[in-house]
Amino acid sequence: MASPPPAGTPVLELDNARISYFTRAGEINVVPSISFKLQQGEAIGLVGESGCGKSTVAFSIMKYLGGAGRLTGGRILFEGRDMGSMSDSELRRIRGRRLAMVYQDPMSSLNPVIPVGRQLMEVPMIHQNASEADARKRALQMLAEVRLPDPESIFDRYPHQISGGQQQRVVIAMALMAEPSLLVMDEPTTGLDVTVEAAVLDLVRDLRRKHNSAIVFISHNLGTVVRVCDRIGVMYAGELVEEGPITSVFRDPRHPYTRGLLECIPVLGTDKHSSPLVPIPGQVPPALHRPKGCIFVTRCKFADQERCTQGRIATVGMPDDATHRVQCVRAQELAQWERPHGGIAQAAQARDAEEVLSVVNLRKFYDTSTSIFSGAESYQIKALNEISMSARRGMTLAIVGESGCGKSTFAKVLTGLEKATEGRVAVDGLDIGMISVEKRTQGVKGKLQMVFQNPESTLNPSHSVGFAIERSLRRLKSMKGGAMRDRARKLMEIVKLPGDFVGRKPRQLSGGQKQRVAIARALAGDPDIIVADEPVSALDVSVQAAIINLLMELQSQQQATLIFISHDLSVVRYLADRVAVMYLGRIVEFGTVEEIFEPPYHPYTEALLSAVPIADPDRQQKRILLEGAMPSPRDIPVGCPFATRCPRKIGSICDTTPPPEQTTNTGHRILCHIPMAQLREVEPILSSAAE
Amino acid sequence: MTIITAPLKTPQAKRSLPGWLRTVSLLRESPVGMIGAFLVLFWCFVAIFAPWIAPFNPNANLYEIGVNTPPTWLNWLGTDDQARDLLSRIIYGSRLVLTIAPLATLCAYIVGCTIGLLAGYYRGWVDSVLMQVCNIILSFPVLVLYVIIMMKFGPSAINIIVAVTFIASPQVARLVRSQTLELREREYVAAAKMRGEPAWYIMLVEILPNARGPLIVDACLRTGYTAITIGILGFLGVGLRPPDPDWGGMINAHYGFMLGGQVHMALAPAIALSSLVVGFSFLADGLREISLRD
Repeated sequence: MASPPPAGTPVLELDNARISYFTRAGEINVVPSISFKLQQGEAIGLVGESGCGKSTVAFSIMKYLGGAGRLTGGRILFEGRDMGSMSDSELRRIRGRRLAMVYQDPMSSLNPVIPVGRQLMEVPMIHQNASEADARKRALQMLAEVRLPDPESIFDRYPHQISGGQQQRVVIAMALMAEPSLLVMDEPTTGLDVTVEAAVLDLVRDLRRKHNSAIVFISHNLGTVVRVCDRIGVMYAGELVEEGPITSVFRDPRHPYTRGLLECIPVLGTDKHSSPLVPIPGQVPPALHRPKGCIFVTRCKFADQERCTQGRIATVGMPDDATHRVQCVRAQELAQWERPHGGIAQAAQARDAEEVLSVVNLRKFYDTSTSIFSGAESYQIKALNEISMSARRGMTLAIVGESGCGKSTFAKVLTGLEKATEGRVAVDGLDIGMISVEKRTQGVKGKLQMVFQNPESTLNPSHSVGFAIERSLRRLKSMKGGAMRDRARKLMEIVKLPGDFVGRKPRQLSGGQKQRVAIARALAGDPDIIVADEPVSALDVSVQAAIINLLMELQSQQQATLIFISHDLSVVRYLADRVAVMYLGRIVEFGTVEEIFEPPYHPYTEALLSAVPIADPDRQQKRILLEGAMPSPRDIPVGCPFATRCPRKIGSICDTTPPPEQTTNTGHRILCHIPMAQLREVEPILSSAAE
Repeated sequence: MTIITAPLKTPQAKRSLPGWLRTVSLLRESPVGMIGAFLVLFWCFVAIFAPWIAPFNPNANLYEIGVNTPPTWLNWLGTDDQARDLLSRIIYGSRLVLTIAPLATLCAYIVGCTIGLLAGYYRGWVDSVLMQVCNIILSFPVLVLYVIIMMKFGPSAINIIVAVTFIASPQVARLVRSQTLELREREYVAAAKMRGEPAWYIMLVEILPNARGPLIVDACLRTGYTAITIGILGFLGVGLRPPDPDWGGMINAHYGFMLGGQVHMALAPAIALSSLVVGFSFLADGLREISLRD
């Protein structure tokens, strides 16, 4: 057995580590050189766009790169020992015991045919030769520690019988079972809903204090890193361009890439009128085509051709804080960073514009059909219930809520992909809720177009970009020949795509470019209403900003109404004029964006706001923990839909009586038993420490 | 996950090639696929140029040379029991197999794709009815079904095609249906509906082309199996009518001579048949490898 490392030895040290993949095309050097140290109990967050090598670093720390990947230079030291020199059996002993990893998708880390408790018990039984009874006791203890309700019953369940958030907690419990000195977490909350994410992040932070484990936390979301870590490492194209304590990096980022990242994400509380988003132009260079000199030079607005292209850039510590290291020649020359100010010119706000969309008492129920073979009892799913809202020309109506709240069903009813069960959906005065898309006239179809969530499936991989746009023009506008091709070119220009992209196939485009084509396709019908269902959630932050800006620009140019469906409150705060907050198929709060983000809040809105990870360590955010998961839409509570999780529940009335809709004279609606006056007195969730 | 996708990216040059050329250039990296392509192309070449390659007319009785002669410099594989040149018969036999097998597969695909697309796209009772019919056909022992059909309608090339279509199309339909069920949920299908495309357009233009990967692999494999089927039917005497130089029929006519030491007479057509089938299945393997990498 190895003796414990001397005090002061870093738990993890990457010393000029160079990582490559070997393919038929030869060596692809994904990480040219990376160095950082992590002390006992410290947590470092690695952030950056996708393709920057974050996961590669995580896997190389585990020495788990698969057949194609290899450490081709430098060293990775774990507790002072070079991992390269360890044998397979030594590595096996370390992994899972001193070193544990939590992956993005909890379902793929858990064995679906073994109860979760059994899987937890394996850890001490294999690594510490614990007895069965002892292992069981510790597994139960650990389940309680990750705040799973009723550990005894969770213990005997199979992974598919618990929710996604619970699965991730089980995975974290498994990783912590052996009290590892280093925990590597690769996007552990990416697939989770925001309230669940907040709970998991709090859990990680608390457990870290308790167990004193060091953590490498990989995320694309700067806000989550602020919640969990005390240091941050910004990765770009395989290199660590800036690294330092969270507060100093966020207050005064010295690398242009870090600044770019911070400028392209909306921070909860900012909106389009006060601080515009600035996208980072260009894309991460592929590993085989890195520029000589500074890797960021092709996208950097501060680039100095003289010094920046002359070969490798050294990493230097900042004079006031040597632990804040930056890989940039101009690190000390740049002015103090400030969040960009000054809003974009906004078309005169259309409060009195005509009403384009009016939804009254919309219901969508699904009857599960009873098949003669299954014999299961039929039941009804109330996907949408008593939905009423309206939108005027040229405004942005955002619909927010967690997965399963019915926001996507609403989009489907609006666009006719599903038929309403009851109620009125009027577009320009024409009731179309009960008319499926096949029965709508081409004119109505053109008026209502949609931008979808997934850039990978929004375009048909068999058809070229030009075909996709031209086909829409042909069908919706009956255009033909040269006029159609000219219009398609024009649309591509509008969405800022080069004209020679017409012949490209979707696989030759990046995610952001695909989404631009999808927007151009939606614009082909000259829509009055554009329904955008999570249009940016699958994109990198830098691209996200560009697409959001594009949507806003188009909307003011075309005077179209944008129905923006999202789970991301920061984006909604930034972009929307009006907001509908949905929970279990109901609108629990509806109002202007200012009304939604200030008290009075619906208790659910309040909880959502408190859960949003904010990429600004100086902003104080009140924390409200929601217990439990959203009830199944099969059995929605009889009273208030939110009663089962509500932290402000006032009594049995919430469980038994449906809440009244309270409306102010400005049209702000809240669905709650608590009187409006009382809700008004709730203190705001957000406050800035500086103020 | 970046770790898997990043290193497997094909270089830019190959991405910009047109689809089929890209497939060819990717196939060159798969040794198995190359062997398969070589075997299939070899037999295609033989079939196309049979009149120039074959030394004799396949149906000419060379009585002056004699029956069942062993291989000589004149007749590389000797003659058969009716004094016909065996090599020429095998060469001409490739024409039959390479016409009937692809045609039969094509017909099975036309019927199978139609059924599969309709079932997968409309779902509900259309799906139930079509798939139950398919299941009934699939539940018969294949060989018995073939023999019954061929006995009933008589041995001929057309009837082989009909029989293969009847028996293979349910299998194709299952494959197409499963692909359709998945692809119909894609967002580009919703986008097509929202611009008012008719159902047939969505099925044929939006869905079917994206199912082509697995379908091409299956079609390749299935063509090989159909070649075997034709051989088996010939061997059982219900395939093509004599004197057509059918490989299966040749094996049947000659295997009796194996006891007399004339092993090559049955072996040669058998090797011809199996090399073609192996060629198709290797090619299918190579294509599958490509489709997984894309």
